[in-house]
Amino acid sequence: MAARKKSAKPSNQVPDPLTDDDRVELFRSMVGIREFEEQVQRSYLEGLVHGTTHLCNGHEAVSSGVAQALRPDDYVSYTYRGHGHCLARGMDMEAAFAELFGRVDGVCGGIGGSMHLTDIDKGLIGAFGIVGGGLPVAVGAGLSAQLANKEQVSVSFFGDGAANIGAFHESMNIAQVWKLPVLFVCENNLYGEFTRINHTTPYEDLVIRARGYAMEAVQVDGNDVEEVYAAASIAAMRARGGGGPTFIEAKTYRHRGHSRTDPAKYRDPAEVEEWLKRDPITLYRKDLIARGLLDAKAADAIVAELQSEAKAAADRAAASEWPSADQDFMAKTFA
Amino acid sequence: MPTQDITYREAIVFALQEEMRRDPTTLIMGEDIGESEGPFKTCQGLMAEFGSARVRDTPIAETGFVGACLGLSLTGYRPIAEIMFADFLGVAFDQIVNGIAKHRFMSGGKVKTPIVIRAIGGAGLRFGAQHSQTAESWMLSVPGLKIICPSNPEQAYLMLKAAIRDDNPVLVLEHKALLSMKGPVPVGTEEVAMPTGPKILREGSDVTIVGSLAMVGRSLAAADLLAADGVSAEVIDIQVLRPLDVTVVAESVKRTNNLIVVEEQAPTGGWSSDVVADVLTQAFDYLDSPPARITLPDHPLPYSPGLEDAMLPSPETIAATAKSLLE
Repeated sequence: MAARKKSAKPSNQVPDPLTDDDRVELFRSMVGIREFEEQVQRSYLEGLVHGTTHLCNGHEAVSSGVAQALRPDDYVSYTYRGHGHCLARGMDMEAAFAELFGRVDGVCGGIGGSMHLTDIDKGLIGAFGIVGGGLPVAVGAGLSAQLANKEQVSVSFFGDGAANIGAFHESMNIAQVWKLPVLFVCENNLYGEFTRINHTTPYEDLVIRARGYAMEAVQVDGNDVEEVYAAASIAAMRARGGGGPTFIEAKTYRHRGHSRTDPAKYRDPAEVEEWLKRDPITLYRKDLIARGLLDAKAADAIVAELQSEAKAAADRAAASEWPSADQDFMAKTFA
Repeated sequence: MPTQDITYREAIVFALQEEMRRDPTTLIMGEDIGESEGPFKTCQGLMAEFGSARVRDTPIAETGFVGACLGLSLTGYRPIAEIMFADFLGVAFDQIVNGIAKHRFMSGGKVKTPIVIRAIGGAGLRFGAQHSQTAESWMLSVPGLKIICPSNPEQAYLMLKAAIRDDNPVLVLEHKALLSMKGPVPVGTEEVAMPTGPKILREGSDVTIVGSLAMVGRSLAAADLLAADGVSAEVIDIQVLRPLDVTVVAESVKRTNNLIVVEEQAPTGGWSSDVVADVLTQAFDYLDSPPARITLPDHPLPYSPGLEDAMLPSPETIAATAKSLLE
């Protein structure tokens, strides 16, 4: 662990411990993301999703755990693998599906697409299709939060691949120098597109990167939603209090390939099997059942409910009109 | 409006100062712009007046701080970035081209991105190949940006003020060889508007000469030379490279029947080609000669003073080209 302790020792106490209701909601949140993505895959096979799409199956604990630590007025930016980040912040499933389907009722009117879900009213300031492209933007939102002085934070979700691009380094440096309230959440799923991290990066623990910027850092099991929540809420508390940014490395795994055409055959089957055993939703389900917060029937009911919710949302989205090619695109380009 | 005789550099300072007083959500970021007031002193007095929260010295990290402008703009601020040398725009290319220029569009028009990127470019000060480019055409092919080019102190002042009030990303390309140029500026102007097209700076009847930035002054000087020889040149400042609207130029060509476009860039892929193409479409039948483009040569700029001077379109070259068209 490369977390660097500075003179002002940060609190390790989670400021707002989870209640049992929170725990069940976290489970629901993760299941909702999973069922959304499963439906995206089915819809893709039905020809409803165009171009490409990047599913986040396996990453749900990161999206849901971080979202749980945030306030409605916080800012979140993310990547082309961003459906989960959006849903965890409360993006409407139907509006998200309609966007993926390229329909007029999409959250961006069908103009953005799967890689560019944006919902500014929910603090979802943007999805970036260029690896690392969102980090400087998150820094700007963090500066905005600092200037507004309302104890907001800015969260940047990105993958391990982004840790090798210049924008990452410039952003980490600026955020630390200016003590901005930014949470850099690195979803380290070990693969930058098709290439395993050991071929591109001198080490697999990206938390080491934070050392070079003298930034608070923590490495968490990204498949343990409560561990993610704890790290994010401590980091958010520190940021809200003027303590500056935190780098959170969440170790996780992409259950599917990079994008819809990628069967991910470059992965060692043993590695895949090992990680699938550690499916964040399966783990949390067992945990909640063991703690008596859910029983198998209730857990199954949640899955069934969200599966049918996703299906119904996709059906409604598929009934949405196509956007008109006669609309005023210049008015959408320039305010 | 009463005017003050000030330099192009001072005009930039006045514009920034007035707009930052006017709107507390404005802030400016860049390298050495705070205590040092900018390497070209284009941020003189700003930190003293507005403080280090709104006048921010950044690390040398154009990707970082230009990208941060997008995050600021999405969350209620109106950021201004100073790019010390326009050549450094290349460092921020992805943030501008893929981020800033497209974010509103990709959101379905639901967000606003009021961002000004000021970049100081241009040749003539012996800075060599990496510090002398105007960068006018670098972003020319990118929908979602406005690109404006002030050629004198008044324009530097009015255009920058309008850009800061604009709700869209505006790239303001300034020219370092013009920084000490003096001229009348209506300091304290309340109402400003973004320029929407070219502006006729000198009327004439024999040939239309179009330029931008430092090439405008050279075109005006060429017009003086031509006048001495009895040739009446109309000089037009292109002003707005994006969106490019050459109607004013085409109308001028309908009167003069001859066109020269002077561009401080290499001959390929620049705006002068677009001007010629669009004018041909609008005024083909009025032309008495093939339109001429005068540009830099198709290689990087050299350092040595005599060499740099030899590369730049001179008033004499422009005047000679005009005469050759009229022969």
